[in-house]
Amino acid sequence: MRLKSKDVLGLEDLSVEEIELILQTAEPCKQIFTRDIKKLPTLRGKTMVNLFYEPSTRTRTSFELAGKWMSADVTNIATASSSVVKGESLKDTARTLEALGANIIVIRHQMAGAPHVIARCVKASVINAGDGMHEHPTQGLLDLFTIREHKGRIAGLKVVIVGDILHSRVAKSNIWGLTKLGAEVTVCGPPTLIPQGIERMGVEVEYNLDVALRDADVVNILRIQLERQKKGLFPTIREYSRLYGVDAKRLRIAKPDALIMHPGPATLGVEITADVAESARSVIRKQVTNGVAVRMALLYLLSGGGASSEIAG
Amino acid sequence: MALVEKARIMDSDGIRRATMRIAHEIIEKNKGAAGLAFVGIRTRGFPLAKRLAEAIQQIEGTKLPVGILDITLYRDDLTTIAVQPVVHKTEIPFDVSEKKIILVDDVLYTGRTIRAAMDALMDLGRPRSIQLAVLIDRGHRELPIRADYIGKNVPTSRREVISVRLSEIDGSDEVIIQEFSENSSLPCQS
Repeated sequence: MRLKSKDVLGLEDLSVEEIELILQTAEPCKQIFTRDIKKLPTLRGKTMVNLFYEPSTRTRTSFELAGKWMSADVTNIATASSSVVKGESLKDTARTLEALGANIIVIRHQMAGAPHVIARCVKASVINAGDGMHEHPTQGLLDLFTIREHKGRIAGLKVVIVGDILHSRVAKSNIWGLTKLGAEVTVCGPPTLIPQGIERMGVEVEYNLDVALRDADVVNILRIQLERQKKGLFPTIREYSRLYGVDAKRLRIAKPDALIMHPGPATLGVEITADVAESARSVIRKQVTNGVAVRMALLYLLSGGGASSEIAG
Repeated sequence: MALVEKARIMDSDGIRRATMRIAHEIIEKNKGAAGLAFVGIRTRGFPLAKRLAEAIQQIEGTKLPVGILDITLYRDDLTTIAVQPVVHKTEIPFDVSEKKIILVDDVLYTGRTIRAAMDALMDLGRPRSIQLAVLIDRGHRELPIRADYIGKNVPTSRREVISVRLSEIDGSDEVIIQEFSENSSLPCQS
């Protein structure tokens, strides 16, 4: 069993079996955190390039560590200091990276579909690290991994995604993954931040957070993306916080063992209070750790390929 | 590629006797069971390691720890195998440092699996020594590796496949030689 495509561009394209394979492979990869020597020889000789057109701390570092711990050579390109500012096109940049020997290109871009454009013009594997408002598949996968790690399953769980669904690629990848694996997903936020027709993705829409939280097993809280919205889609941050901020009192509506998740970076006091973010139910730090394991699994699965069979001694 | 069964070279009694002899050899060579620990290579090295540990407990009364090693991430042939192996967990519930590790596998062939296993062990700590026990040594080494304890030496051709079946995994104990039938291409094993 292996991944069908050379690229991982979104959870929309992955089958249930492929998602299961990635999650299963991430488990042994996670063991590296418990070791003194965080180094595996798996990707020796492979070159991985992180091409980030948008700011990122955890995703880029996470990919970088995942690559380095598996012995790949990792290069980071911050586009502000690259030829991109001289007007080099996306395709040219990708072909240049391939000419430099890149086997895996990890790309984050403000335009939806940018990773797909690159994937079509290079032989290297392309991993989408977030494209516009479209998808952020590795975040979706690490969220699935974290939920399953704590709940033992995904099918049948009630998952509430709260916040700016409209601008959030994390929400979209989560919805694809969760619904494929059989969870019941409710999205919740101000009507202006819920995309029209999102019900077609197989989710419930609820505008009242107190209703949405009833019987929730998992509460995934998203950041208000002020950098993507200066159009006044809600009156004030204070009002948003009062209606959609998750605090300890409101959380009592959810199940007592509900998981609190946040893809980060969290704006404490706006969408989530500090005490909730640091509570025993919060797995926000564990999501970060699991991110490296899931990315290691993907790098491993994308790096196989070739000729004959049989495994023995 | 059809596999044709050629011969049954060990039955359950044969495997039991070989295991018991190896257990005695391990104790003899190490002058007792002190400081020993077993590490079985997935998949069939692990039940063999457990059997050896049980045999030593019967003989010496010492219960030795047994771990499972998954070497998938240490393989040197990731890009050349068609069926990509699924990675499983390594479960070694003891510190390998300063232990005399007995590495256990079912078949010793090219030696590449053992090379990977030694690398994996070294990354977990600094064992005092590593010894190798295998049920079958079929020759055709590609690396300078030899076993310290061998259940049975079986001269083979590269066309043949040795299948070790163990009751814990396969429901019965036996070792079988199979061969790829004529006009099929040569299997590439690691």
